[in-house]
This record gives sequence, C-alpha cells and structure tokens, in this order.
Amino acid sequence: MNTTRVILVAVGGQGNLLASSVLGEAALLSQIPVRMSEIHGMAQRGGVVESAMVFGDAKSPVISDGEADVLVGFEPSETLRALRKCNDGSVVITNLEPLPPFTVAIGKGVYPDLNELQSLIRAKTAKLIAIDAVKLAREAGNELSVNMVLLGALIQTGKLPVQAETVKEVIRIKTKQAFVESNIKAFDLGFLAAQRENK
Amino acid sequence: MHKLLSDQRDKKMLLLGNEAIARGALEAGLAIGATYPGTPSSEISAALFDISHESDLYFEYSTNEKVALEVAAAAANCGLRSMAIMKHVGLNVAADALMTLAYVGVKGGMVILSADDPFMFSSQNEQDNRYYGKLSGLPILEPSSVDEAKEMIKYAFELSEKLQEPVLFRTTTRINHSSGIVTLGDIPPVKTTGDFVKDPFSYVTVPAVSRNLHVKLLKHWDEAKSISENSPYNLIEGDGPCGIVCNGISYNYVSDAVKDLKCEKKVKILRIGFSNPMPEALVKSFLKGCDKVLVVEEGEPYMEEAVKAFAQEEGSTITIKGKSPSHFSRLYEYSPALVRKVLAEYLNLTYEPPAIPDMSDVPEIPQRPPNLCAGCSHRATFYIAKQASAGMETIIPTDIGCYTLGLLPPMSMADFVICMGSSVTTSCGFSKATNKKVISFIGDSTFFHSGITGLINAVFNNHNFTLFILDNGTTAMTGHQPNPGVDMGLLNQTGFGRIAIEDVVRAVGVKEVTVIEPFKVKKSIEAVKKAFEFEGVSVVISKEMCTLYAKSLKLLKGKRYRVSDKCKNHRDCINQLGCPAFFLNEGKVQINPAQCTGCAVCVQVCPENAILPIKE
Repeated sequence: MNTTRVILVAVGGQGNLLASSVLGEAALLSQIPVRMSEIHGMAQRGGVVESAMVFGDAKSPVISDGEADVLVGFEPSETLRALRKCNDGSVVITNLEPLPPFTVAIGKGVYPDLNELQSLIRAKTAKLIAIDAVKLAREAGNELSVNMVLLGALIQTGKLPVQAETVKEVIRIKTKQAFVESNIKAFDLGFLAAQRENK
Repeated sequence: MHKLLSDQRDKKMLLLGNEAIARGALEAGLAIGATYPGTPSSEISAALFDISHESDLYFEYSTNEKVALEVAAAAANCGLRSMAIMKHVGLNVAADALMTLAYVGVKGGMVILSADDPFMFSSQNEQDNRYYGKLSGLPILEPSSVDEAKEMIKYAFELSEKLQEPVLFRTTTRINHSSGIVTLGDIPPVKTTGDFVKDPFSYVTVPAVSRNLHVKLLKHWDEAKSISENSPYNLIEGDGPCGIVCNGISYNYVSDAVKDLKCEKKVKILRIGFSNPMPEALVKSFLKGCDKVLVVEEGEPYMEEAVKAFAQEEGSTITIKGKSPSHFSRLYEYSPALVRKVLAEYLNLTYEPPAIPDMSDVPEIPQRPPNLCAGCSHRATFYIAKQASAGMETIIPTDIGCYTLGLLPPMSMADFVICMGSSVTTSCGFSKATNKKVISFIGDSTFFHSGITGLINAVFNNHNFTLFILDNGTTAMTGHQPNPGVDMGLLNQTGFGRIAIEDVVRAVGVKEVTVIEPFKVKKSIEAVKKAFEFEGVSVVISKEMCTLYAKSLKLLKGKRYRVSDKCKNHRDCINQLGCPAFFLNEGKVQINPAQCTGCAVCVQVCPENAILPIKE
C-alpha cells in the first residue's frame, strides 16, 4: 500500500488533536494502517501543536521536513511556518483566519500579509486550498468546529484512502453528542468549499 | 466504563502509546501502581488513576518518584504485580531506592517505567536512562511501537517474576505520544491482596546481608543475559553484509529507510528490544556475517559500546560506526530522513529525497512561544514580587512547573533551575555566596515533591531568602493531577487526606509566613515587601487556583473586562503583565473577551483606570 503523510498544525485549543483522532479512527474503520505522533506538553500554554499522520505501510510515526503529502494548517502563519514539511508536490489546506501570536500583540513581530502568504505557499507547493474555516464553522453553528471544516476539505482532496461517509460516522460516534450536528455540517461545508477551490 | 477496560478480546483500537502501556499493564494483572506525573509519561498514570476508581486496581499519585517506586516495591515484595511510572529525570529521584531494590529483588512482577525525552520536548535534560540498567544490574526492555509496547509490558511482568527482579521499561516521547492500532487481549482477574513473609536476612540491607544480596543480583544478571539471548524482542531481519543494530523508535526509521533505498539485500538488521543485559552471543553471531556495522540509537552510544566490545572479544576488526561527526549525534531525536541519509552514505547509495522548500523569500514569521495563560495566577505573583523588589539586586532561583515560563519577558523572573526542589536549596547557596536578595519560586506539587527538605535545611542552617510557594491547587503543568495539597472533594473523590502548605511551613519552623491572594495586587505588594525585609527564611504562600483548572471545574466566576476610552496608551498592561488576552488593534490596546478570565490584575495595574468590566 502506498504511504500518505499528513501534517496537521494548529495553535493550542484549535482542536487538531480531535481532528487527527477522528481521522485515525476513520482509517481504522477503513482497515488502513495508520500511525500518528504528536507533541503535547505546552499546547495549552498558547504554543503550536503539530500532529503527524502516516497512512499505509511505513513504520515511522514521524514525518521529516520535505516529506508531507498534505499539510493542513489551522492558522495561516502556522501553515506558512510548517511549509518546511512540504515539497513541490504537496497539497496545502489552510484556514485563512489569523490568530496572531502574542508577540505580534506586543509589537515584537509582524504578522505576514495574507495575500503574500498564499502566493508563497502556491509557489512552493502543488496546490493551495485556502478557506475561511472560522466563517464556515460559524455557519455550521459552532465556531469551535474549525477542525471539522478542515477535515472536510482534507477528505475532498481525495489524497487519503478514507471516505467522507466513514469520517462522518466517526464524528457521530466520537465527538460530543451536543456538537455532532454542527460538526457534520462543518465537515460538509469544508468539503464543499474545497470542491469550489478545486474547480 | 473507561475505554481501556473494554472486554472485547481481539478488538482493534487506536490508542496513544501511553494508553497502550496502561492497557498492557491491565492485561498483565497490575494490582498496585504509583507515579509522580511527568511528560511524556503522564497519560499512563491519568488512565490508570481513572481506571482505579472502577476496578480492583489500586493506583496512587505519590509525592515523588522515590516514594512511588518504594510503594510499588513493597507491593511487589508481597507477591503482587506492581508498577512505578515516571519520566526519565524522575528515576534520578528514585535512584537511591532503585539501586538497593535491585539487591533485594521482588516476588511479584514489578515494572519501573522510565519515559525518556530525546530533544527535550518538555524536560530539562535528555539523559539516556539505559545506563540505569547497567548501574543497577536490572533488565531493560524498549518497545519500538505502540502495539509492541502493550505486549512488551506483559512480557516485562513475566520476566520480572522469572528473575525476581524489577524490570526497567524504557520508552521515549515518540512511543509515549504516538498512536497506533492495538489488538486487545484479555484482562485477567487481579490478585489484590498479597502477603509479606518475614525474612530479614533477605530484606534488611545491613552490610552483612547486602554482601550476599549482591551475589544474588549478579546471579540474576547472568540469568537475565541468557533470557536476553533468546528473547523474541531481540530479532534479526535480512541477511545482507551490512549490519544495522537499532532499538526503540529508530528501528522504524531504519525499516523505512531500507525500503526507500531498496537496499533490503544489502543489510541485516538486529533490533534490540531487550537491551540490558545485551545479548552477547546473539550480537557476536550477528557480527560474523557482517563486513561493517552501523548502530542507530538515539541518546548515548549504549549499544555501540557493547557491540564494539563484543567485536573486540571476537578478534573482529570490521568497521562499527554509530556516534561520530559523520554519522549520528548524541544530541536530540532522530528522524526518518536523517537515518535514511546516513544509511545511504554508509552504503554508498544515491538517493534524492523530496526537496525541502526554499524558505529564503518567506518573511520572518512571528514566534509563538508558550506563555502563561490569560488569567494565570503566576503572572500576578510575579508582578507583585517584581514591584515589591523594585530597586533591589536580586537572584531568582525557580523550579519545575508552569511558572518556569516566568523566565520570559516581560516578567523575566527566573535566573536558575536545575531540577525539582532546587529553588529552595540553591537559594541557600546563593544567599550564602552573595549579598544579593534571593527570591525563589516553587509550585505546590513541587514543594511536596522535594521542596520541604530544602526548607527544613534553610531553617536549620539559618539561611536568608524569601520563598514563594505558588499554590494553585493542582499539578498544572502535566495536566492537573492531584497532589497532597489538592482538595479531592472538588474532583468528587473521597478517602483522601489534605495537607495545608501553611501548616507545613510553620511546622518546620519558618517564622515569617505570609499568605497572599495574588489577584489583590496592592495589598499583596505591601505584604510581600514586609516578607522581603525579614532577615532569615521568609515564605510567601500565593494562593489562587490555576485558571485552566478552575475553568475545567466550572469555578471561574470573574467578570470579563474591556479597555475603555479612558485608555491613554501607557501600555502597562501589555509591557508589564504580558497577558495573552491583550492585543493591539490599529495601535490601540484591546482585550479579547474570549480569552479574558476576569482576574482583573490588569485593572489594578492600569494607571488611567481605563479597564472596565463588560456589562453582560
């Protein structure tokens, strides 16, 4: 089986560990070998949370620089920072709503221009799917469902051997009952947004 | 029911390495477990502590790792299966017990889990705890994957009972914090009550007894070696001329590299899972077919030294490489690409990895360092200490916990830290060696862990410093585990005691004790100034619950705040507090209401009284 490597990068609290766990469970249901690794620890203290997911036959749960097939960024500047994980064949999915780091708030750094950020990513990779995931999450009824929006977009790319229906099945079982409906809607909105970007 | 208690044999589950280890312990019939939390081991204990409330398992958060190891050691010497769980540096704390426990041995199976942290994702050093196996004479097992970790824990208990010695189970962060698919086995009924058979000439380690026990330990070591020779966890793959010796997570990088480089025919892999004692005969026979060898292991050249010594004994002169400037480093963790590159060079193979993007035209991306949370009580305490010590020349020893982040600006309230408890004891040394004002910080859990003995030392030897004990009601850094000062009632737990830090501090003889509520800024500054003036040991206990913990318990009650028109842009809020709820919008200071927790410290700091509650 071919190996597909996915990096999910987010700011602590954006829910990327739930997203990777849903995706991992969907792989398990689809009988696809999956290995994941993540760096915990300081996540709740406003730091970056990066999870690596390796689908297929490889044994390493870690993804080296230049070797991600797909990069999913929950925050635009973190997507750009994680670009070292990509190569010229990678597909990048990013949320466009910034969550500026505190260093910017206190004037110790400049947040990158969003248009420049997108053209940089486009120039260095095979494809960029940029969506306003926060807006779509709100539309789905829960601002915190950004992770589900991005999962929808990721599945739409067809880069993973996991079907949308399987992921939704996991969302129904594994996410909090009160949020299942908004999570499914968020997933669908993300899927559709990626479809529009892909046309 | 806790998901790890599932009785569905053969069910496949996606588990975190630490969950797989916990499940493995349950499948092994673990009866008594003890721990002190520490990343990357914490989730093992979190799972087992939860499970202990709904099963026959006894599991405790001990005051420190030495205590945890001794609790487990006694249980194992009553014939029960026990486990002590800690991060790598925790084993330093437990080392005194470990070394002589190896002499005494165990009756029931005992596993000591040491979670090493190459690259120091969340640790103060990256020591390689395999050397504890050599130092103590105890066997070491090291899994390479999540599913293997679960099976290997069961093997560890069996091995321990066979040898009558505790077994060290060494993981690294990439095992603990990886997830993989695991197949469940059965959870057997647990033997929860053991018996201690008195035998003082085997258990009371006076010199005459220990001289005999050391003989016994060496005999056990010989037995362990013969088991290691045939262990299913020391395995050979392939029969090519280039030998690769690897362990743990590195085995995966080697396997993937061999596949990527299509050099299956050129290599022979020896994966060491039972690494102390090293399987001497197996390594020697492995070396026979090799014309050169590469040793792939993160950390120290532990296997490399052994392999080289075995080769020397065999009169072999083949090249054996591991740690060297042109091969592998003793620093940090490895990666699939690094191992592939070194292997390709070692075998003279060409391989073009995917190109890493040229980032030279990417503008500098603002850093996102970890920061004390919005509403963190430590920020308030640091501010208070800073104001109260204005104009003083200070040295600020700190300790291990969230508050170590006080080192970052704008607080810059950390000058020295080496290990748990060292804030108190290095304060003793700094105050004797200099004439500067020594102000130190320690958290509640760390104080119980290893701060108390230092404080007693300070009182006895009449040292001169001010110690802040940051009592936020939980062990925050590692994920809100209990400690002896925690109100277990808030967690709906009964049957626990509770120790008041103030009582402890007064009981050990500290004469100047001040308790502050750090969200009352002015009053606290005045109180702290008085503590600073005291000649001798003074203690300030700063009591305020961890905001994240309060939030999770739904105990957060403050109003949220906003910056009003009265703001004259002094920016004291940003420049002196650095609360992450603040941001600048077109040059004007604002508060993100989603992040504000209502601590109101900024309200008291603002010179224009411009920060007002949001009317809700």
